[in-house]
Amino acid sequence: MADTTGRATTGPATGPVNGATAATGVYLYAVAEEATGAGPVDLTGVEGIPVRTITRAGLVAYVSTVPLDRFGEEPLRRSLEDLDWVEETARAHHGVVEAVAETAPAAPVRLATVYSGDGQVRDLLDRRRDDFRAVLSQIAGRREWGVKAYAGQATSSPGGVPAASGAAGTERPEKSEEAESPGKAYLRRRQASLRGREERWREAAARADHVHAALAAVAAADRRHRPQDPRLSGRPEWMVLNGAYLVEEGREEEFAAVLDTLRGQGLDLQLTGPWAPYSFIAVDFGAEAEDTRATDTEGTR
Amino acid sequence: MGGPARFGSSGQSHGAPDRRESANLADILERVLDRGVVIAGDIRVNLLDIELLTIKLRLVIASVDTARELGIDWWEHDPWLSSKNRDLIEENRRLRRRLAAVQEDEELRSIRAGEAEEERVGRRLSSERRAGERDG
Repeated sequence: MADTTGRATTGPATGPVNGATAATGVYLYAVAEEATGAGPVDLTGVEGIPVRTITRAGLVAYVSTVPLDRFGEEPLRRSLEDLDWVEETARAHHGVVEAVAETAPAAPVRLATVYSGDGQVRDLLDRRRDDFRAVLSQIAGRREWGVKAYAGQATSSPGGVPAASGAAGTERPEKSEEAESPGKAYLRRRQASLRGREERWREAAARADHVHAALAAVAAADRRHRPQDPRLSGRPEWMVLNGAYLVEEGREEEFAAVLDTLRGQGLDLQLTGPWAPYSFIAVDFGAEAEDTRATDTEGTR
Repeated sequence: MGGPARFGSSGQSHGAPDRRESANLADILERVLDRGVVIAGDIRVNLLDIELLTIKLRLVIASVDTARELGIDWWEHDPWLSSKNRDLIEENRRLRRRLAAVQEDEELRSIRAGEAEEERVGRRLSSERRAGERDG
């Protein structure tokens, strides 16, 4: 797909595109206040397509005109199963969001939000002006930082229990003069192993709680997300904290200092960011959008 | 910070200054898929519904299950994270699987019952026939 980017068909869809033959849609990345955002943008987004803006109701939406043969319902459904496509698209989406968030408080929109035309985006800004404004005012002057905590190797391989459990299967059941049958011994070892593991987990989880509380005290808002799976984090250790912290720009040094005091206490702490405030714009417009979506949008300009 | 295990690193050249290049894909994915403003666009792709989330299943459900096993479930009380949608879909999938299994089971059983019945009928017929021959 690398060679299909930036084709001639991606010019701005200024005219009405809601005819049945419309070949393009409008991909939405983020929304900001017009006063702070706006301005011409020199960005490229998904599939290398240029980013443009739609302003309305004091808000500005960052969008790309995308071909529906790749961003229509069915093509998207298929593409989303393709991890390489997802990675590329996620990075491009994220790139636009970050670039916009650097210049103004911006509300990132979830990946693959596509409208059938500019009119529908304007309509959205009209209807949701107050919601966007409220959300944007919460994040102004603040940035998101991520902190992940990993519990050391100890949790993944129970220390006290030798790997001998693997050999248990090879023991001959005939040797029953032992006080305990191999099966029982195996189960007992396994149980002890699980118990030790669980205990270590609990300890690590308690430490993670402590780290989170200390960081949250410095932050304007905080969120704990699901720990990432090792296959995705790329690290074999248990992730016991996947926190997001919205920090006033004036308190970022303090935040970093607190984080440093928490290091070396049994958890490996990893700081990421600053991020656009993804974790603090958790707004779900889904339900209502559904109701209004069905109406004929031709007249909404 | 060790790259994510199973993803190549491609797609960097968007116009933004590439100081974000190093951002871990896992971190990006969980943000762009799960957070931010969720609006139903005109193009209906329900990210929660799509198996895509092959990835998502891999990265989220897997960790949820392991964590749950260990009794760690704080996010279930987070109204945002425990979006009923997601739970429903998970539940749905589980139920659908179970239903399929049950139906298969049932089919097998009815086939077996059918065979048994046939056999019984066959036996009765032949014994009646024998009885008839005796009487006749």
